[in-house]
Amino acid sequence: MEYKQGDCPTKIISLHDLPVGKLATVSSIQAAGLTRRRMLDLGLVPGTRVKALRISPAGDPKAYRIRGAVIAFRKEEAQQILINYKGE
Amino acid sequence: MNRVAICSGLNELLEEADQINPGGSLNLNDSVVSTIYSRAEEIAGGVVTSQGKPPVDWDKVLDDILTSRVFGFPSMLLLLAVVFWITVAGANVPSEMLATGLFWIQERLTECLVWLHAPAWVNGLFVEGIYRCLAWVVSVMLPPMAIFFPCFTLLEDMGYLPRIAFNLDNLFKKAGAHGKQSLTMSMGFGCNAAGVVACRIIESPRERLIAMLTNNFVPCNGRFPTLIALAGLLVMGATTFFGATLIVVGIVVFGIMTTLAVSWLLSKTLLKGVPSSFTLELPPYRKPQLGRVITRSIFDRTLFVLRRAVFVAMPAGAVVWLSANIHIGGVSILTHCANWLNPFGQLLGMDGYILMAFVLGLPANEIVLPILIMSYMATGSMLELDSLEALRQLFAGHGWTWLTAVCMMLFSLLHYPCCTTLWTISKESGSFKWTVLAALIPLGIAITICFTVAQCASFLGWI
Amino acid sequence: MGLTNQSSGSGAIKERFGWGQNTRADYVIALAGNPNTGKSTVFNALTGLNQHTGNWPGKTVLLAEGHYIHQCLTYKLIDLPGTYSLMANSVEEQVARDYLCFGRPDATVVVLDATCLERNLNLALQVMEITTRLIVCVNLVDEAQRKKIQIDYDALAAKLGVPVVPTAARSGVGLEQLIKAVSGIVTGSIETKPYVVRYKKEIENAICRLEPKIKQLVGEALNARWLALRLLDRDQTVIDAVENWLAREDRLTTGIKEVVLA
Repeated sequence: MEYKQGDCPTKIISLHDLPVGKLATVSSIQAAGLTRRRMLDLGLVPGTRVKALRISPAGDPKAYRIRGAVIAFRKEEAQQILINYKGE
Repeated sequence: MNRVAICSGLNELLEEADQINPGGSLNLNDSVVSTIYSRAEEIAGGVVTSQGKPPVDWDKVLDDILTSRVFGFPSMLLLLAVVFWITVAGANVPSEMLATGLFWIQERLTECLVWLHAPAWVNGLFVEGIYRCLAWVVSVMLPPMAIFFPCFTLLEDMGYLPRIAFNLDNLFKKAGAHGKQSLTMSMGFGCNAAGVVACRIIESPRERLIAMLTNNFVPCNGRFPTLIALAGLLVMGATTFFGATLIVVGIVVFGIMTTLAVSWLLSKTLLKGVPSSFTLELPPYRKPQLGRVITRSIFDRTLFVLRRAVFVAMPAGAVVWLSANIHIGGVSILTHCANWLNPFGQLLGMDGYILMAFVLGLPANEIVLPILIMSYMATGSMLELDSLEALRQLFAGHGWTWLTAVCMMLFSLLHYPCCTTLWTISKESGSFKWTVLAALIPLGIAITICFTVAQCASFLGWI
Repeated sequence: MGLTNQSSGSGAIKERFGWGQNTRADYVIALAGNPNTGKSTVFNALTGLNQHTGNWPGKTVLLAEGHYIHQCLTYKLIDLPGTYSLMANSVEEQVARDYLCFGRPDATVVVLDATCLERNLNLALQVMEITTRLIVCVNLVDEAQRKKIQIDYDALAAKLGVPVVPTAARSGVGLEQLIKAVSGIVTGSIETKPYVVRYKKEIENAICRLEPKIKQLVGEALNARWLALRLLDRDQTVIDAVENWLAREDRLTTGIKEVVLA
C-alpha cells in the first residue's frame, strides 16, 4: 500500500475507471443526498486512499479497499466518486 | 409542559439552528464526517504498529478463486453440489435406520393395543394415522436437515454468502432487483420464513417486496428432503448419489433462474422502478467454529423446524387416516377428493393424490411427501415400506413415471410458500394484497410450468 | 449486513411468534460495533446458551437480547445492529443511534475490530459523542496478531479517556476483564473522560450558541452538544425522536403527579 506523489501529473477520473490493483485518493463525491451521506460514512472523505481489488465475475460490481474494509460498488455508484489517480 | 409547549420549544430551537446555519451553508455533514475520520486516523496511527505483512493473505487467495472470472461461477456450483452430495449421501443410511426403528415401534404399539382389546379405530387413528405420519416426517426429514443445516451454517459463518451476492449482483441488477436479494435468497435455503425476515436488510420498499415475493423459489429445508427423495427415485442404481445430486443442483439452479425471471417481470409490471443504490461489504473470511456451528444449527434450526413439522404432522396424519376410512357411497372421502382433483392433476403431469398432498401440506412443506405416502398406502395393498426401492414400487403401483417425479419436483420447487412464510410476509409487508399475491404468483407459475412440461413430454411422445 | 443467526435463524421466527420474554435486569448494557467485528460472538460468549432474542417494539430491525449474571447482579445485553456510523442514513443506524441516545443504557460496549482499528474508531468516536459511559472492546486480537498488527492498548485508553479491553471472544480471552470493566462503569467505580472531537471554528461557534438552549429544553438527560450538531444538520429523524422523547418524559411526570393526587 504505497502511494507517493510523484512527478507524473495526477488526473481526475471516476472510481469506476480505476484499474484493478491500482491506488488512488478520493477527490470529491458527486452524489447528493442520502447516497452522498452513505459514501461519506463508509470513509470516502476527500484524501482517503482507495485501491481497486477485484471485479465480479459477472462484470459488475467492483470491490475496493477503503480504510481497511473491502467494499463493493456498482458502476452507477462508483461513477459518482471522483479520484486523483496518478496513471502511468 | 404539554405537547404544544414541547413543539414550540423544539420549533424555536430549530428556527435558531436555521439562523445559525442558513440553508445548510455550514456544509455540516461533510465537515463532521471528515473531521471524525481524520481524528480516527490520527488516533489509530498513534497506537497501531504493523510488523510486516503476514506470510499468506488468505482472504486474497480465497477471493482470487471464489470470485474470479474463470472459477467464480463454477466454484459456486461446485460448493452447492458438494453440500447437496454430502446431504444426499449422508442422509440415506440414518433415514433407513430411523424408518426401521420407528416402524418397529409402530408394530409394538399395535400389539399393545390389541392386547388391551382397544377398538380397531383407536389403532387406526392413533397408530396408523398420527403415529405413522410422525414417523414418516422424522425419518424422511430429520437426517437431511441435520446434515444440510450445519453445512449451510458453516458457509454462512465463513463469510461465503456475501461472495455469492458479489458474484450474482449484476444479474439481480439487470432484473431490476437489489443486490442483497441474493443474500435473502441464500437465507431462504434454510427457511423461507427466515429469508422473508432477512428482506429487512433491503431498504427500498419496492425491492424488498420483490425479494419477499420471490424468496419461495429457493427450496427451503422442508422441501429438500422431498426433492432429494424424488431425485433418488429417478436415478435408482449404482450412481444414485451422484445422479441425485446433479438433479437437485439442476432444480436449485432452475429455481434461481425463476427468481431472476420473476423479479424482472415484477420490476417491469407490478413493481416498476429502477434499482436503488447499493454497497456491499466483503468481510474477511473467518475460520468457522465447528462445535458452535453444529450445536447452533442442531438446536436453533433443525430441532425448531422439526418441532414445527411434528406439530403439523399430527393433525395431518389424523385427517388423512379419517378421510381414508370414512366412506361415502362406498368410496372413501380421500378417494373422492383425489378423484375430483385427478383430471387437473393429470394435466399437470401428476395425479389427484399428489395435489391433495400439496393442499394438506400448506401448513408445512415437510409433510407433503409423508401425506402422499400415507394416502397411497391407505388406498393400496402395501403395508410394509422400509426402503427407497419399496417407495418406488409403491409409486409405480400408482402409475408413476419419470414425468410424474419431475413434475412433482417442479411443483414442489415453485408452488406457494408454507403458512408460516405467508404469515411472515403478511407481517412484514403489512398488506393483505401482497400476501395473497405471494401465494398466487408462485402457484400460477408452478401450474404453468408443470402443464407445459407435461404436455410437451406427451406431445413429443416421451411418455 | 445484519445477517446473523439472531436476525434470520430461529431467533427471527421466535420473534415473529412473539416468544421473546422480558427478563428483569439490574443493568442494561448496549453492544455497538461495525458489522463483522465479531460483535455477535462477544454477545454469545457473554450470554452463553442463555440467549434468546427479543423484540424491540415498533422497530423494523432486530435487537437481540440476552443476559448474564456477575456478582449476583443481572446484566441485560442488547445487541445493536452492526453499523459503520451513527449518522442514521439507514434503518440499522437509526435503530442503533436511537437506542444509544433515547434508550439510555447503563453502559455501552463498543466492539472494535483490531485488524481494522481506524475504520472502527470512527464509530467509537461517534458513540462517545452520545454517551460518556462506554467501554471500548478491541476484539479479534488473535486475528491481528496473525496479521502482525500490534496495538498499544494503554495508549489507546489514555487517548480515548475510556477503558479499553482487548479480547479474542472466540476463544474467550479477555471476557473476564470486559465484564469487570462493565461493572466498573455501571457502579461508577471507573470514571471516564471521553475524548471530544472538535470541529472547525464555525461549527464550534454554532454549537456554543445552541447548546445552552437545548439544555433548557431537555435538561441533562440527553447530550446537548450532540443534539446541537444534529439540529444544525436538520436531521429530521432526531427531531422526531426528540419530540417523542419529550412527550414520553412529560407523560411519565404527569402520570406520577396524577398518582400522587389520587
